Amino acid sequence: MAKQGVVPDDLTRPFWEAANQDRLVIQCCTACNRLQHPPAAHCHGCGSDEVEWKEMSGRGTIYNYGVVHDCPIRLLQDDQPFNVAVIMLDEDPGIQMYSHLPGTPVDEVPVHAAVEVVFEETANGQKVPEWRVVAGDR
Amino acid sequence: MSTPTAPASMYRPDAGAGLWEHRGKVAAVGVGHSPTARRWDGRPETSVGAISLTALRRAIADAGVAPAEIDGLVLDATTTTGAYWPPGKPVPPEVLNAYNATDDPLDGVAKLSAEWILANMPELTNVKFTMYGPGCMSNAICVAAQAVGDGLANTCLVLKSWHNYEGRYYQGGANAGDALPGSAAIRALWGTPACFGTALQFAEYCRKYGKTHDMMAPFIENSRNNGLKFPEGYWAQHRPEQITAEDYKAARWIAKPANLFDNDLPIMVSAAYLYTTAERARDMDQKPVYILNHACSRGRPRSLTPTLDEVEEETARTARKIYEGAGITADDLSFENMYDGFAQFHQFHIEGLGYRGMKFGEALDFYQGDISISGPNPILPSGGNVGCGRSRFWMHTDCIQQLQQRAGARQVTGVKPEIAVSGGPMPLGGHFTVWSASPD
Repeated sequence: MAKQGVVPDDLTRPFWEAANQDRLVIQCCTACNRLQHPPAAHCHGCGSDEVEWKEMSGRGTIYNYGVVHDCPIRLLQDDQPFNVAVIMLDEDPGIQMYSHLPGTPVDEVPVHAAVEVVFEETANGQKVPEWRVVAGDR
Repeated sequence: MSTPTAPASMYRPDAGAGLWEHRGKVAAVGVGHSPTARRWDGRPETSVGAISLTALRRAIADAGVAPAEIDGLVLDATTTTGAYWPPGKPVPPEVLNAYNATDDPLDGVAKLSAEWILANMPELTNVKFTMYGPGCMSNAICVAAQAVGDGLANTCLVLKSWHNYEGRYYQGGANAGDALPGSAAIRALWGTPACFGTALQFAEYCRKYGKTHDMMAPFIENSRNNGLKFPEGYWAQHRPEQITAEDYKAARWIAKPANLFDNDLPIMVSAAYLYTTAERARDMDQKPVYILNHACSRGRPRSLTPTLDEVEEETARTARKIYEGAGITADDLSFENMYDGFAQFHQFHIEGLGYRGMKFGEALDFYQGDISISGPNPILPSGGNVGCGRSRFWMHTDCIQQLQQRAGARQVTGVKPEIAVSGGPMPLGGHFTVWSASPD
């Protein structure tokens, strides 16, 4: 699926630069050791502005999903309907990421299945984390 | 006069705050609505500014007060339903010249300032207090209630207006472009429509409690049925079409498990209420409806979208605040008018309230019983956004009119209308009001 391109901004640049290196990083508060995503200028847990980027294993679980039939984004409309799953990271199930689940048929999403991160290029070449269902036990 | 945005201190977000200090001392009296339209037709007299003037003047007339007695105005300056004025497109001169403009040519066309309203309502000669209650009518009426209670205004208009233009909902702007800023891309790259988060929560709800999408059909039928009895509503005015269970089940998906009828229809409309002190309200033309409490949710999800656990924790917390400040329990509610636009979170609101003894996971079973306005367990007698179009204020108007016993064909008959609750929009982040026919 041809996702829109991404123009990294100051807040999210480390996330996108890591994606271009096939690495998944998530913000972590150095004061309370709490992960948070989406990124923010300060920790939503303790309020500290001492946040750093921490590399994740790239493993997670499908928490939930829906099937998009009426997408507001022009570039994705030719691909309707498509899955959008919510992934929970193994490091912290409270951290969610969206995924189109490449390789998984529409509306046949195995909720609670294990997934692994992959990196896809968007329209302007910027890579973005995506997720694939892991076949069998990992 | 420069209009400030309501400070955080105007709202009641905290549990344990006790009874609202102005409980029963503030009342809603007058109601005014503009006609509805699907989209703006470009005429000056149907602009968002113009319909706002109509709603305000109708509320004043309905209350039976002299315009010169109005000393306050609370409104939301944002009027978009998701439709934005094209950048660089000039406002037609016949529109600009029809009204007294402010420095911003889009004022009265794509947004609304207090200054624009006052410049175009010369009869409001005594307004000394203006404030923005941003978000929707649910927010603005909390601000108005607090302002009247605090003595910032005595006779205060509160206004919410919506504009809608040509084009499909949310399909312009960045969504039509080739790239997104990094911060937006973290959520938006996956192309989820507005209802997606609620659809996810509903999917989890169905899995957890063994429910199905089809079980929503009686709620949708009831909402449209009630909405068609709301003469101020869009569907009653323009498309008096009932939705059957079969229509609902056959509707196309937007984001499965949310279909077309789980979403509301963006429209143009404006509503205004007249708030005043309980003492002043006694002499007005309509029966006062007393405010027992206002409360709000400041819940936020841990990550991209609220989980069902987060939703249920927050709606239960909000209910405790609603009841505590009003000095009531769930048993005191004659009916409920919680928000429904998206239909699939109405059950979260009413389960949190414990409406009619409901527990989490029970609302869809409740919907299979008699939830009509003539039964003992009315659900959303306003018809809400599903029944009337997207305004986020039908439920407030309905509470006022029901407790004034002038809801017409929509009047609840299976219960005595004494105390009601309304509010929204979202389970995380809503604003709520408790209404009563009596100040005590």
